[in-house]
Amino acid sequence: MKTSNALELESVSKTFSSGNRTVVAVDDMSLKIDYGKVTGLIGPDGAGKTTLMRLATGLLLPDQGRIMVLGIDAVQNPLRVQSSVGYMPQRFGLYEDLTVQENLDLYADLQGVSDKDRTERYQELMHMTGLAPFTNRLSGKLSGGMKQKLGLACTLIHPPRLLILDEPTVGVDPVSRRELWSIIYRQVQDEGMSVLLSTAYLDEAERCDEIILMHQGKRLGQGAPRSFSQPLKGRVFHISAPAINKRSLSIRLNSIPGITDAIIEGEKVRVVTETEGMPDLVAYFPDDSNLKIEPAEPIFEDAFIATLGTEKKTRVPYDLAPLQQKNISRQEASEVVIEVKNLKRKFGDFIAVNDVSFQVKRGEIFGLLGANGAGKSTTFRMLCGLLPVTTGTVRTAGHDLRTASAEARGKIGYMAQRFSLYANLSVEQNLRFFASAYGLARKRKKTRIGWALSTFELAPYRDTIAGDLPLGFKQRLAMAASLMHEPEILFLDEPTSGVDPLARREFWLRINTLAESGVTVLVTTHFMDEANYCDRLIIMSEGKVLAEGSPAELKSSIQRPDLPDPTMEDVFITLIEYGKNTEGQAA
Amino acid sequence: MITLRHILALAIKELLAILKDKQSRVILIGPPIAQLLVFGYAATFDLNHIPVAIYDEDHSQLSRALVARLRGSPHFELIDPLDHDGQIEVAINNKEALIVLHIGSRFGSEIEKGKSAQVQAIIDGRNSNTALLALGYLRTIVTDFNIEWFERNGLTGPPASLAIRSWFNENLVSRWFIVPGIVGLLSLVITTIVTGLSVAREREAGTFDQLLVTPLRPVEILIGKSVPGILIGLIEGSFILLMAIYWFEVPLRGNLGALYIGMFLFLLSATGVGLMISSIALTQQQGILGAFLFLVPSVILSGFATPIANMPEIIQYLTYLNPLRYFLIILRSVFLEGDSYALLLDQYFPMTLIAVVTLAAAGWSFRHRLS
Amino acid sequence: MNRSLRKRMRLKGLIRKESLQILRDPSSIAIAFIMPVILLLLFGYGVSLDAKHIRLATVVEQPDTNTAGLIGAFQHSEYFIPVLYHTVQDAEIALMEHKVDGIVWLRNDFSDRLLSRKTAPIGVYVNGVNANQARISVGYIQGVWQTWLSSFSRDQGHDLKTPVMIEPRIWFNAAVNSRYFLVPGLIAVIMTLIGALLTSMVVAREWERGTMEALMVTPIRISEILLGKLIPYFILGMGGMFLSVAMAVWLFDVPLRGSFLALTAASALFMMVALGMGLLISTVAKNQFVAGQIAIITTFLPAFILSGFIFQISAMPEPIQFITHIIPARYFVAILQTIFLAGDIWPIILSNCAALLIMMFVFFGIIKKKAHKRLI
Repeated sequence: MKTSNALELESVSKTFSSGNRTVVAVDDMSLKIDYGKVTGLIGPDGAGKTTLMRLATGLLLPDQGRIMVLGIDAVQNPLRVQSSVGYMPQRFGLYEDLTVQENLDLYADLQGVSDKDRTERYQELMHMTGLAPFTNRLSGKLSGGMKQKLGLACTLIHPPRLLILDEPTVGVDPVSRRELWSIIYRQVQDEGMSVLLSTAYLDEAERCDEIILMHQGKRLGQGAPRSFSQPLKGRVFHISAPAINKRSLSIRLNSIPGITDAIIEGEKVRVVTETEGMPDLVAYFPDDSNLKIEPAEPIFEDAFIATLGTEKKTRVPYDLAPLQQKNISRQEASEVVIEVKNLKRKFGDFIAVNDVSFQVKRGEIFGLLGANGAGKSTTFRMLCGLLPVTTGTVRTAGHDLRTASAEARGKIGYMAQRFSLYANLSVEQNLRFFASAYGLARKRKKTRIGWALSTFELAPYRDTIAGDLPLGFKQRLAMAASLMHEPEILFLDEPTSGVDPLARREFWLRINTLAESGVTVLVTTHFMDEANYCDRLIIMSEGKVLAEGSPAELKSSIQRPDLPDPTMEDVFITLIEYGKNTEGQAA
Repeated sequence: MITLRHILALAIKELLAILKDKQSRVILIGPPIAQLLVFGYAATFDLNHIPVAIYDEDHSQLSRALVARLRGSPHFELIDPLDHDGQIEVAINNKEALIVLHIGSRFGSEIEKGKSAQVQAIIDGRNSNTALLALGYLRTIVTDFNIEWFERNGLTGPPASLAIRSWFNENLVSRWFIVPGIVGLLSLVITTIVTGLSVAREREAGTFDQLLVTPLRPVEILIGKSVPGILIGLIEGSFILLMAIYWFEVPLRGNLGALYIGMFLFLLSATGVGLMISSIALTQQQGILGAFLFLVPSVILSGFATPIANMPEIIQYLTYLNPLRYFLIILRSVFLEGDSYALLLDQYFPMTLIAVVTLAAAGWSFRHRLS
Repeated sequence: MNRSLRKRMRLKGLIRKESLQILRDPSSIAIAFIMPVILLLLFGYGVSLDAKHIRLATVVEQPDTNTAGLIGAFQHSEYFIPVLYHTVQDAEIALMEHKVDGIVWLRNDFSDRLLSRKTAPIGVYVNGVNANQARISVGYIQGVWQTWLSSFSRDQGHDLKTPVMIEPRIWFNAAVNSRYFLVPGLIAVIMTLIGALLTSMVVAREWERGTMEALMVTPIRISEILLGKLIPYFILGMGGMFLSVAMAVWLFDVPLRGSFLALTAASALFMMVALGMGLLISTVAKNQFVAGQIAIITTFLPAFILSGFIFQISAMPEPIQFITHIIPARYFVAILQTIFLAGDIWPIILSNCAALLIMMFVFFGIIKKKAHKRLI
């Protein structure tokens, strides 16, 4: 009963209701996906990507419409669909208390793979994923990248004809990401598998054969990545100005009408304009600024922003930062506000953070880069006094926050991973609570809440329950809460994780503005490209610091004739491979 | 320096978080009221309508008179009489009758001759407490029957008789004993549910880290987190108290103030235990297990249904750790015995101690429990 | 490969997975084995309704041989610890301060009235706060009085002819040891807790960890997922059950008069109901927090108060008796008390088993209806 499409949706809708709110996740959507291709599903948060995938696997029933998967009706016959597709949910459910082998055995049993086929398939998969030496390790003790590879191996045990992957590479280090992609491509080439995947990394979109752009439950476009970026020819530029630092340059460019997007890329600012050609910038830049404007090749990311960014472009006001903080003097700028020396943290016999040292100066944006499980959050928690150190010293604003007085904690702001807010309180109640927790007096509390609501554009959501907010707004609220008391130092733990590219841009714009006004920002991220926003950074892997420096320094350190313009991702991969080589030589 | 503003903000946040959630609102209000009503009626040791089967081989006037006395008692209910030996076993085994009263064929004539007549009472001992109570009721009826016989025949009775009076609960209504106990029981369950997961839940959501980096002191967090448990406990406790007095008509003879001091200290210590459990627990699952493991023994070893004095000495020592033990004594003393402050100091003190220790442990583990 | 073979393979895989998880997660083992042992030890020793060691204040205003005889009777009884007070006022204060549980008061004219056959009154006061204990204490006091009375009359030479004498025969538990009925009841209560605790969170946990979604997109049927959970926990629960029975028989010396087979069959049935209840809670709740709260509220107190474990169901008002029918522990308490103390009384065992069977079908019916292979 083979049809010409691996997946076919015919005017499918799905709505969810929670309380008295209804959300249209998938809105009258029709699409076709070809056999033997890698199709990328791309869109901002809440676009309906996960819902679409769950509908395609028969896990959700559509309110209306027809879903045909490999020629099988997913509504009528979900069990048959489920035995011929492979699906890897966002957080693939590995049983962390089972070993690698036991997880594989379970899925082999569930998929009905015979003992004979099994041995062969195991060998193949273990070889492909590089997990062979770890078959007896508990899967909970694997690194993030290895977990994702094992998850993929589990879904591939019985080679499915359609493979559906929901953000398979999120939070995974660049090396593992490359490996995951090569496994996916091999399946398409060797087995003729069809793949549908979603991703938050827009650079990955370029690797897909075809892209479906989704927004608010609707399909905005479908085609090869180039078909999205080509129309933007002539609207993308690189701008640099020797006299202005790149951060304030990007902030200024962003506020200019006619410019859709301006982000820091290396030492330049990448600009996407609303129409062809660059608007006249003379009025915005005094004559001595010496702007250098060169055209650039459009990529999918530009198209993404140009398509989705225009309608909700936010112009972050300049008054984001605490007003009373003036530009910092040179003397202050050299002051070390955070000092970490030979920091070590053990959990049992597992070393989460191993001999980490660095210094952060006032007014810097300092980044901790690394994949999930690299030890970034553990370092953070020690800096904030949430976790005692095993050995080594930590000074934050001159104090060890673990023993410091409560007032010392008033100087820092902290935004925890996953935007920890009180999910069943309203936006205003959350702000009110944090304002009181930071000890703001009545009048100041009122002005700061007003400030937060307007600066973060939360006023329309004032009475919304925080748990019901879209992810991007949760992030804003969490950030507003951590800024209620105008802290000197701001700790941001994975502030952009799981947030779509639009919200990420907006977020960095705010951070840049804050840093410009003298707030020291410490941030962790697993997005390598976000390193560009940092003044200085360290790259961490398996608890150790691989490298430290400014983005330019790090990049130039690996520059080779065959790699004239390396990205941060290249830096990471080179460092990891270098580490492996020296280890190999030592052994 | 502890600021009132901090505590107030925390307490309001906690209360809002509990009351805004529909599911937890339902859990906090519905079950306690339903359980009060059901348990208030269900938990009784008083027996009525005890099924009795009569196996009367005599059929004399006297045997009929004895049976008539049984029939007249509210405690007994006669089922179909038996007419041969074999039925006794069936009636008892199948729980058709709790008691089979076997009146021998010479019952009437023996008594007429001035001798003693034996009446066999076969009692189902599967629940020995019920068996003993039923036997007690039966004895009372037979004693009355005997006295009447003596009087009617102008004989003097026994040389000495018992003049029994029970204090505080003249008619020995076991509801008067149980219902005040339920006040304590339900207050404990509510407080444990409110506090037992409050820290563990925030730890899992990540908001606890957020709290710890604010200038809030552990003491302030501790007080802020205790307020809702105590407040909800006091409100629901007062409601249950009202129900006990006006619905179940248990007499309140003592000082209400003394009772409320007890309730406050009890809620404080229960909150302390709950917060301690939840701040030691790393996950909600551990929190729930901990709450269970605290709740079950504290109810069973509190003296709620079975007296502490009956327990082996080691276990009696264990009950000193149980806040409910003290509160039950206070409840019953104030309700029935009319006690006031001075007599209850011995109960106030240990609860205060438990509260101080557990709250201190909870506050300490806020920061020292690692994930 | 044919379908039934595949089905067997899937089930085998799930059971192996669940068993490995149980073995690696000490908390399940702790719930199934350590918890019943500790609870049964605590409660088996701690819970008793027998009134022993009743502290009795004795006030004798004019001691002589007659009063000594009566007080001696109390001293010889295993139920009392007599404490001598000189005035009734002192004794009353002691009663109020909970230093004694009751008072026996012989006035100064006791012997005179006794010998002149004017019916000497013996004042008895008990603290009636705990009505049940008070009643049992009064019963024991009556017993002592009666024994003393007949021996006194015999000594005096005139035989006392009480017209009707009750000759009690307490079947199944001649020593009226309350532990004999409380321990089997406790097993039922503890097993309700364990059954519900074991399973109430396992499904919710899979939802929260995201493993359920991955399981669902395999060719597995929902009934297989449920069976895969049920079988290992059933075995675990039965292990805990046998451990409890062994403790009841060998540690607490509760007689086991019925057959082991009947006990096993009924326990297996009850375990299914308890696990079913837990599974139902966790299927409905989908998050551990609510599942835990529901489990606390619906299992422990109802099983404790409404199962007949301690409070006689037939003594409750009709509507409440009606409510007890939805408490599974009620049926199991009846079965256990009968099998332990009375033997294989089939009418009781079968009728209660039938009720449990119905409950099992109801629970699994609802689960099957609620748990479908869809996310919402």
